[in-house]
Formats: sequence, C-alpha cells, structure tokens
Amino acid sequence: MTTTAEPVTTLPPTKPGLLSRLPVLKQLRQSVGLQRGMLIAGLALTAVFILVAIFAPFIAPYGFAQLRDASGPFGAQQPPSAAHIMGTTVGGYDVFSRVIWGAQTAILVIIIAVLCSIFAGILLGLVSGYIGGWLDRVLVVIADAIYAFPSLLLAIVLSIAISGGQSSLWGGILAAALSITVVFIPQYFRVIRAETIRIKAEPYVESAKMLGASAPRIMFRHVLRNATRTLPIIFTLNSSEALLTLAGLGFLGFGIEPTAAAEWGYDLNKALSDVTSGIWWTALYPGLAIVLAVMGITLVGESLNDLADPRLRGRKRVKEKSGTMSLTSVDRPLPSDLDIQEENA
Amino acid sequence: MTPVVDISDLTISFATDAGAVKAVDGVSLTVNRGEVLAIVGESGSGKTVTAKTILGLLPETATVGGAVLLTSSEGDSVSDVVSLTKKQLRAVRGADVSMVFQEPSTALNPVYTVGWQIAEGLRAHGKYSRAEAKLEAIEILRKVGIPDPEVRVNHYPHQFSGGQKQRVVIASALVLNPGLIVADEPTTALDVTVQAEILELLRRLRDEFDTAIVLITHNMGVVADLADRVAVMYQGKVVEEADAKTLFASPQADYTRRLLDAVPRIGQGRVRTEERQRVRAERNEGGVVDVPVVEASHLTIEYPGRFGAKGFRAVDDVSFSIGPGEVLGLVGESGSGKTTIGRAIGGLTRITGGSLKVLGFEMLDFQERRFKPLRADIGFVFQDPAASFNPLLTIADAVAEPLVIHGRAKNPAQARKRVDELLEAVQLPKSYGDRFPHELSGGQRQRASLARGLALGPKLLIADEPTSALDVSVQARVLELFAELQLEFGFAALFISHDLAVVDLLADRIAVLYHGKLVEEGTGAEVLGDPQDPYTRRLIASLPVPDPVEQAARRTLLARIQAEAGAN
Repeated sequence: MTTTAEPVTTLPPTKPGLLSRLPVLKQLRQSVGLQRGMLIAGLALTAVFILVAIFAPFIAPYGFAQLRDASGPFGAQQPPSAAHIMGTTVGGYDVFSRVIWGAQTAILVIIIAVLCSIFAGILLGLVSGYIGGWLDRVLVVIADAIYAFPSLLLAIVLSIAISGGQSSLWGGILAAALSITVVFIPQYFRVIRAETIRIKAEPYVESAKMLGASAPRIMFRHVLRNATRTLPIIFTLNSSEALLTLAGLGFLGFGIEPTAAAEWGYDLNKALSDVTSGIWWTALYPGLAIVLAVMGITLVGESLNDLADPRLRGRKRVKEKSGTMSLTSVDRPLPSDLDIQEENA
Repeated sequence: MTPVVDISDLTISFATDAGAVKAVDGVSLTVNRGEVLAIVGESGSGKTVTAKTILGLLPETATVGGAVLLTSSEGDSVSDVVSLTKKQLRAVRGADVSMVFQEPSTALNPVYTVGWQIAEGLRAHGKYSRAEAKLEAIEILRKVGIPDPEVRVNHYPHQFSGGQKQRVVIASALVLNPGLIVADEPTTALDVTVQAEILELLRRLRDEFDTAIVLITHNMGVVADLADRVAVMYQGKVVEEADAKTLFASPQADYTRRLLDAVPRIGQGRVRTEERQRVRAERNEGGVVDVPVVEASHLTIEYPGRFGAKGFRAVDDVSFSIGPGEVLGLVGESGSGKTTIGRAIGGLTRITGGSLKVLGFEMLDFQERRFKPLRADIGFVFQDPAASFNPLLTIADAVAEPLVIHGRAKNPAQARKRVDELLEAVQLPKSYGDRFPHELSGGQRQRASLARGLALGPKLLIADEPTSALDVSVQARVLELFAELQLEFGFAALFISHDLAVVDLLADRIAVLYHGKLVEEGTGAEVLGDPQDPYTRRLIASLPVPDPVEQAARRTLLARIQAEAGAN
C-alpha cells in the first residue's frame, strides 16, 4: 500500500506496570468520586480487620479466656476504665481483648468457607455447563434444592454432627464454615455454569473445537479463565455472609465456648440481658465489630461490582474540545507495515 | 430558505478510562428540505456521533462544543440542540427530528404490538384517543408499504420479516411528520435484496414528504443509490463535501479516492481467476488426477424441531465439489444455509442426509475421534476476528494452539519459531505475537486469524464471511492477502460471503444458495455475467454500485426484474 501523509501515532504502551494490573489496585486507579470513596473506605475497613486478626496476640492486652491478672479477678460487668477500656462482660472477660481476638475466629471461618466452596463450585459449574445434557440437569436440580435450605439450620445440624454437641474452637469454626460451604457451592456453580454456557458459543471456543482440541483442554484453557471474571465480587459478598452466619450461630448458642476462642456472636448473646439494665458496653463493641467488618468487605465487593461494568463506572468529565483524536483503524499504514518497511530498508 | 439543520463547528469529546478522546473535531454541515445528505466514513470516523448530536442522544460521558441549529417541522422556530434542556429535547425529538436505527429487530420492543409502538410517539406529543392513534398508525403503515395495515397494526414485531420491521421503524419515525430523519446505517443489517426495497422507500420519503434525510453509512453503493450530497468524514473531520455525482466522478480528497478504490466491484475478479487457473494447470502437468477435497451430493442438513414439530431444513439437496487448490465462493442471504454448510464441512454441525465427503471422510457417519487427524488439514477463519480469539491468550499462543493440539509442538513456546514464520506470512511483525487480541486492529486480528487457519498447512480453508466485520479499505487488504496466500500455498478454499463483489474477487467458481437450495453454480463469468436463475438475477441487480449514474440504470433494471417476477 502506498504511504500516506497522515502522521502515525504510536500505539499505547502494550503492558501497563504490574502494580496497575493487580485486581483491586487497577480498580482503585480507575475509580473517581463517590465510587472511589466507597472503595477506599471498604479497603481501609477490611485492611484493619485483617491486620487486627493477624496481630491479635500483640494488640489485645489480655487473652480471650483470661479472667484475672496479677492484681486479681477483673470483676463482672465493670464499666470502661483505664485497665479495661471497653469494660468487662458478665462472665468477667475483658471486652476489648475479646473483640480483638474475635477477628481471628471470623477470618478463619471466611477463609475455610470460601476455600472449600470455590473450588468445588467452579469445577462443578464448568463441567456441568460445558458438557450439559442430563448431568447438567441433575446438578441444577440439586443446586436448587440446596437453595431451599436455610443456611443457619444447616449450620446447626453440622455443628452438632461435627462437635457432637461439645463446643470447641475448631468444631465451631468448621461447623460454621462447612455449613456455609454447602450453601455457597451452588452460588459459584450457578455463576460459572451460566458463564460457561455463554462462552461455549463464542467463536474462539468453536475455533478450538474446529482445531480438534479435547474437551478438557477447551474447558480449562479457553473457558475457565474467561468465566472467572465475576468471582472477586461473589467472593467478597460471600465473605460477609460467612461472617454473619458465624455470628448468628454464636448468637443462637451454637458457637464456641469463651474458653476455646473469642466469638462476637456469643458475646452478643451473653450481653442480651445487660442491655435492659443499662450496661451498654458489652453489646455495643462486639456488635460494632460485626457491622464494620461486614460493611468493609461488602463495600469492597459492591465497588468492584460497579467498577467492573463500564456503564456503571463513573469518570471525570472532560473539558470542551479536549482530548486527542483517536485513530481510526482505517486507511493508515498499519504499524506492522511500517515495521516491515523499516526492516526492508 | 433556511436549512433544516445547520451544524457549525461541532466538537465532541468523550471521557474514557484512558483520558479524554475527541470523536468529532470542528464539523460543519447543513441539510436542506427534501435533501438526502450522506455522511460516509469508516468505523471510528465520528459519523454516528455527529448524527446522534442532532437528536441530543449522546451519552453522559460526552462534552459538546459548537452549535446544532434545528428548524422545527413547521419552519417557524429554530433551536440549538446542544443547549436545550432535557424537557425541550423531548419536545423536539420525534416532532422535528427522528431516528431510524441500524438493527430493526432490536429497535422494536417485542412485547408490544407495532401499532402501540407507533402510537406511543403520537401520545408523547399530543392528545390522541386510542382509536385516533390507531387510525394514524394504520395510515402511516400503509404509507411505508406494509400490506393489510388494518390487520398488521395489531401484530407483534416477531411476526414481521426483517425488511418489514425496518419499514415499521421508519413508520414510527415518520408518524409525526418530522422535517428531518436521521438514518444510522438503516440497511446494514439487511440482505441486499431487502436493502434495495428500503432504499426505495427512503427515496419516496424524500420525494413525497419532502423530508430531509441524514444517511449515515459506510457502504458507498448505498450512498450512490440515495444521496444528493455526500460528506466524507475521516478522523472526526469532514475531508470532502460535494454533491453525489461530482464526488463519485471526480473525488478531490486523497482519502475519498482511496476509499472509492477499495470498494470491490463485480467483474474485477476475472483477471485473477484466469491467473489462478493458469498456475493450477501448471501444477497439474505432472498428470495427477484431481480428487476433490470436498464432495457433497444431495447434502441435506436439518435442525430438529421442538417436541414433534417438523425440523427446519437448513440445507436441502445441495451438490457441489471443491477440487484441490480451487476456491469456491458460496453466496447467499442470511438464512440461506451457507454458514451451515461451512460448519458441516468443519465437523461442527452433523449432516442428516445425502453425502458429504471431506478429504475422503464421509461426514454422514461422523465420529470426532476418527475425524480429529483430518482436522489438521482443515483451516477455519471466522467472521468476527474480535470474538474468534480467546481474549486471555496472546496472539502467539493462539496461533500456536493448532500446532500444540496436533502434536507438532509440545507447548506454545516451542512452536514460537513456526508462529513467527506464520505471522510474517500474513504480514504481521513477529513482535505482535506477544500482544493480546484487543491490542490489534480489526484487520490485524483477521490476519492473525488467517495465520492460525494456515498454521498446519491445511489442504482446505473454510472462510466464513472473513471480511464482513471489517471496514472497506481494511477488507480490500485482507482480501488481497488472502488471494496472495492462496496462490502461494495452493490450498483449496470455501469462501462464504453475502457480498457478490467480494466473492467475485477471490473465487474460481461461485455457488448461489437460496433458502437452502443451490440455485446456480458456475465460474464467476458465468454466474455474474449471464445469470440463469431469477433469484441470482435479482441478487445481482440489487447490489448497489458506487456510481450514481450506473446505479440509476441498475435501479430500472431491478424494477423490471421485479415486475417480471411479479407477472410470473
């Protein structure tokens, strides 16, 4: 083709830096205005939550099951003071320490629940969506049936089955985590299955079929990675649900005994009678911890959700007559042609 | 006389993730009553954005500068669309200016009758009783040429054919008798024969209603057919504006000339076909007997119907063959079964009757396991280059896929040398192998797609509308490349397209499909020069040529063919 007078602008850099390609950081850079505020607030709350869980032994002044120190017993229902900045509970524990240690329990449940459900859910969804037929129909019916189960009921049954009615740290955590797993698998299953069915009809999958690629190769090389885009969002929303189920279990009394681990739901349950007698600190702080942790994770999830959709994503307004002309793909020497010309020269 | 719309110094910028992008840069245009102004340009030239500004339909991310002065349909007031409030804009839309969209099947709401949808425009601009609105809708449907409008007014969009749906869309744009209609690619989604009818209707609007039309299109043939004046846009600027006859006869701007040159015309392919035949004859001098690569006899493909309903016969008793190194062009309108045949040859669709032999393999008793080794000898190029690449694989990985699958290389890295050779063969630099599909332009992607199709040195290449998603000038170069590669590697090809001119450029023989039946087959000269079947004749006459004078002559020819068909 003949050379033209139009100047050829260089293409945008092919690969942005690693930092800007990381999932959450990329969205953070994209966001503006309120969406950015929400995301930052959510990230900050979540970061505090995680840091507190990791460094609980250093932050908490007392152990979660500690009733006395060198100067004697703490005493029950003591109002906030210098020694106990959030007071003590009806059982005589330090509220501040239990709130801090509770973060650790909460995060363990989230990790176990999501890890257990995400792999099974994705695999089942992928196979079910790609292969289809009777296998797909049976799996969808099972998933629907599980939806009908209240997760709290499952959790109660599981906690009895796992710990045999005895309360323990891992018994409680596993009961909460596994019951949530059972409910979450259908969620991942449905999302991945729907995406797989959509992607199955994409020309690049047909193209792979036409080349003679085997079914597992198509599933894992071409479908899987394209189907997992919405997962970070479900992941965060599920995390907060896991946390709420754990607190609900504890509140109903199926949680973990205070000697085994700190648990916000259990503390709330024990604080029930305090509220009517004007002892506010035993209920407020664990409750606040639940609210903030759930809100942090949910905010991250919701903002990621909005930012993932170009139509919901906010952008800075541009000035009149600003911006560079975008190049049309048409009728200009392709950069490839120029390269070849250079190579030939 | 004041012009219906007067655009002066229009500039539009969009906010994107990558910062501000200017889409329109200082455009000035005017349209008078009873005039068709065509805005031509390729994708990204800013033609649609310009036209949408007239209706105030830009998204919130857009910033507009300049003025768009719109005269009301009575001609008594002038308003600047850019500065109107939302409420004022609503009053203007429909009454003074209205729009015809590209895809009629999505422009109509499937859950309401067409009469209701036409009446909705009326109700938005005045008080009409239900009966009055219906009468108006019937009247306007009659005017756009829907037969039995009294009955059809109560029908739902899915009960209309594609062309009729576009008529309904035009009717609802016309119902308030606006002074200006903006038609954004009104015929792009339609078949050629239907396109001719819609163009005829638009011409009648101009002549009978004295409506001004802004026609946005990339198809120079459509421009030649309908436009009075033409504005050529390139990179957000109007590079040339002239009346249609002058523009086609003596284009001034460099870009316009190149654009016109890139449009394929019927008859260009004959020289090439002869050359290819000569090369093939030389090759075959060794006395090798040609065994056809593909041989179909009484091929039938049926899609099963629902619950005992009769199945849909997509391909009906079709026989053809493709010899080694031969290019067969398969032409037909949407639903004619051309893609189904391509998919059947590639083993993606099962055949249900007759016989289809691909490289000696009988597809009637198809088994993936036995067919797989043969897949190495079949390349496939898909219609939409953007969708036929896995967005998460680099171009090199995607091109290496066939090599890895058929065991020619253990992993993509090992295949890289061969991939580089292939990229060079399709005139892409090696370094592009490391890019992701979205980092390439449409034409570049389709070249990469060709490289993938040719990776294993196939004996047969199936190309399903490989250029219909591309702009004209890009299409011209991809077609050129295809012809060069075909000459070089000597593969046989099935080239599927709805565009006769494109097929003519490449194919040794052309087969015309109509409703699943093969109506005509022969060399390009036979089929295009002396068509026997009435459908082929209508198809050729419907194809608009980029020359207003010649197109006017063709129009009368088409009218005669249609009259003959009506008489029979």
